[in-house]
Amino acid sequence: MSDATLFEQVKDEANRADPYPLFARLRETPVALQSDGTYVASTHAAITSLLHDPRVSSETLPPADRPKTGNPLSDWIVKPIRDRITDAHRPFIFRDPPDHDTLRKAVMHEFTNARVQALRARSHTLVDEILTKHAGSTEFDVVDDLAYPLPVTIICEMLGVPTEDEPRFHGWATQLATALEPDTLADTEARAENSRTFETISDYMTGLIKEKRRTPKDDMLSGLAGGGVPGVPRMGDYDLIATSILMLVAGHETTVNLIANATLALMRNPEELASLRRDPGRAPRLIEEVQRYDPPVQFRTRRALADIAIAGTTIPEGADIILLLASGNRDPAVFTDPDRFDPDRGGIRHLGFGGGLHYCIGAPLARFEAEAALTALAQRLDHPRLADDPPPYRPGSALRGPKHLRLAIDGIRPS
Amino acid sequence: MTCDHLVIVGASLAGLRGAEAARQAGFAGRLTLIGDEPHRPYDRPPLSKQVLTGSVAPAATALPNLVPLAAEWHLGSAAAALDRGERVVTLQDGRRIAYDRLLIATGARPRPWPDAAQGRLAGVHTLRGREDAAALRASLAEKPARVLVIGGGFIGCEVAAACRDLGLPVTLVETGPTVLAGVLGTYLGAVVGALHEARGVDLVFDAKVEALEDDGTGRVVRARLADGRAIETDCVVVALGAVRNTEWLTGSGLAFDEGGVDCDPEGYVVDTEGRPDKAIAAAGDVARFPHPLYDGRRVALEHWGHAAAQGAHAARLLTGHGAGPYDEVPAFWSSQGGVTIKSVGLTEGADSLVIAQGDPKTGRFLALYGRAGRCIAAVSFDSVRWLPAYAEMVAVRAPFPPIRGGVDQGRLSEMAPGLAQRDET
Amino acid sequence: MPDPNVPDIGPSPSPDPSRAAGGLRVTVDLNRCQAYAQCCYAAPDHFTLHGAEALHYDPAPTAAARDAIERARVSCPIQAILVEDAGSGHP
Repeated sequence: MSDATLFEQVKDEANRADPYPLFARLRETPVALQSDGTYVASTHAAITSLLHDPRVSSETLPPADRPKTGNPLSDWIVKPIRDRITDAHRPFIFRDPPDHDTLRKAVMHEFTNARVQALRARSHTLVDEILTKHAGSTEFDVVDDLAYPLPVTIICEMLGVPTEDEPRFHGWATQLATALEPDTLADTEARAENSRTFETISDYMTGLIKEKRRTPKDDMLSGLAGGGVPGVPRMGDYDLIATSILMLVAGHETTVNLIANATLALMRNPEELASLRRDPGRAPRLIEEVQRYDPPVQFRTRRALADIAIAGTTIPEGADIILLLASGNRDPAVFTDPDRFDPDRGGIRHLGFGGGLHYCIGAPLARFEAEAALTALAQRLDHPRLADDPPPYRPGSALRGPKHLRLAIDGIRPS
Repeated sequence: MTCDHLVIVGASLAGLRGAEAARQAGFAGRLTLIGDEPHRPYDRPPLSKQVLTGSVAPAATALPNLVPLAAEWHLGSAAAALDRGERVVTLQDGRRIAYDRLLIATGARPRPWPDAAQGRLAGVHTLRGREDAAALRASLAEKPARVLVIGGGFIGCEVAAACRDLGLPVTLVETGPTVLAGVLGTYLGAVVGALHEARGVDLVFDAKVEALEDDGTGRVVRARLADGRAIETDCVVVALGAVRNTEWLTGSGLAFDEGGVDCDPEGYVVDTEGRPDKAIAAAGDVARFPHPLYDGRRVALEHWGHAAAQGAHAARLLTGHGAGPYDEVPAFWSSQGGVTIKSVGLTEGADSLVIAQGDPKTGRFLALYGRAGRCIAAVSFDSVRWLPAYAEMVAVRAPFPPIRGGVDQGRLSEMAPGLAQRDET
Repeated sequence: MPDPNVPDIGPSPSPDPSRAAGGLRVTVDLNRCQAYAQCCYAAPDHFTLHGAEALHYDPAPTAAARDAIERARVSCPIQAILVEDAGSGHP
């Protein structure tokens, strides 16, 4: 039996900069029971198997329980109803088929190739503008200056959320993303804070959706709110709100890490930065290797609907399962020399975007945004150096990435 | 015995992947590929789908070559004889090629229409190779008044679906009670039949085409059924399955018939006394071998993935870079009428079936086949993301049905798959 | 051990004189394809999904499609896209 506190250590902020040695120890037991009763799957094979297992549910959120206000009418009439509505209309990453499939299908209908290709072109324009704006700088914070504003602008434009409102939900998004952190779910006060944030952002979205119905535009929210396409499921308002919040949060909290983690990997592997500068065509394989080597979403939580015998153990019905995607990506049984950053390794079946029914919808967009950012950084930053290594990290262990990634530069070249 | 010269007879998927696997494993000797067609290896699945609808040109289907081969190619002349004593393959054009190790990957050809003269009528097609597909495509492009597909197997169903994609009237005649009854059983066969019926295919079951009739100029105009009915047609596709290309082994002393050349569990061919010849292995459609997952039952599989995997296995075996029984779980796919059917395992002899995921009413589901309380095959209809889980269960012959209470699972009522029961003897 | 089913794909000089100079050859292992459709976004002119899971692809793209095909190949979650590319500068 391996150390049952290894996952505790993964969550510990002290290990945020480099959790990978802990993953290696976890992999000694492919599915390891931890002292808190969760089972951590850490090998590529175990994770892949569980991602496709019908007995593995995504409905892991504890029942909604809004904080009481002291007003009896609110606490005894309104609260139970609203809690029930919340439970019945979770974002689809927390739902199973058939609901998950229906909601996802509706979103996919709006996540059109034309829209994605337009946003790809838009990403390049935005990156150029951002870098040009910093032309005279000798310092560049990859997170604050590029990795954050780019995906946020893109997700807002895709959904049809006015970018001028963005500062208002910057904090909300960060708060809601903690729903993927096991410690938030275990903490009543943190959950209460999340549900207050959810109310606030719901109110905002409700207003926005009303406006989209009044004056539809060429954006995803208008499409989803309008509905009425034959063969495409129409979303109810509660699902629409939950879905749009999900996409907004996902757009805020994941691609930022991809761009930052990729830049960090390039700075630590200068020969890769140099070859990307010479050949922008290397960007796609580089991005896949980042998704393997240092993925933005390190793990996801699931729940066993029945006893599951796997890798010499049995996950009992009802147990929480941690799918440690970032560990499967370093599994030496699948990847030769897994701790080496090597975009040319070929055949990268990484788990960075998950797998199975819940595979990341936004993956194509994330790749295009990262390609725009990385190729431009490689081309335009003059003599970039890491100011801190390791950089300071944000608190999350599930959504993991640098809080800042400060580079000293000699300038930014014109595009 | 060392291998200085590996000769591969058959320049299609199994042969190509075999050649690549040998090189990838480090084989540095001479490598020769022999093919009856004048083409480099090409991919066949599009030939019954996108090539017929015109979205892919027949000549565009060359297979990617993933490893430098440094091979000698003898294309355009089929192997005609095998002398195992001399270790020589003789080609139809008389060339003699000596080998140290031989990989037999000669594949199969369509079972011809039983009456050769009728089979030669203009407008009558079979479908296997690139030229076949080009000819059928040309016929379909001329907008025949009605296409007749004889046989409701996968090729027949895919051709019928392609005809409907093109808006052509099409009739499919099948001797059994449903399409795909032999592979999927009548339960799922009926599901697929309903799909084609809804797309406008005229399905005629329990009927046999007895004769193809011409207009006196050698062009087909009509098919006559055994019950006397006539179907007016100017384009006929004979899709009655395949026979293996084994005739050239006559006189070699190897055990073979039109169902394949017999192999031992590793893939070495065996002689008529059952003794393996360790200089020769077979792979792909032509290889009939005892499958460890199915109690050693001898099977010859016409699957794309199988050709690739067994070709690679046999080449590694022959060049001393691998050993052990070949035990890949069989898998295939078909797409017809916008629906994708994927399968793992072999359904033959199944005595029970459950809808393990989804619901046939929605068009998305996974059916699981059991035999004597064990999982033996799984077939997904537009539900491929569930397939890997069930592939694992089939691979270990998990108890049937293996899991309950999962997401997207219904009541799992056991039903009869409607497959012929396997002879126990 | 690397997965033997995933060939280490590198360029190989095309031995086929019939092929247009610098063109590509593509095939997809549709047994393994799980219709994640990443290729359809990466190279929309060369990969399309028909129905829910039927992937149609261009088996012989021209050299001009090289970057798009490379994007599609590397982004496939199960690495089911096999490409022969004589003209690529990528190892």
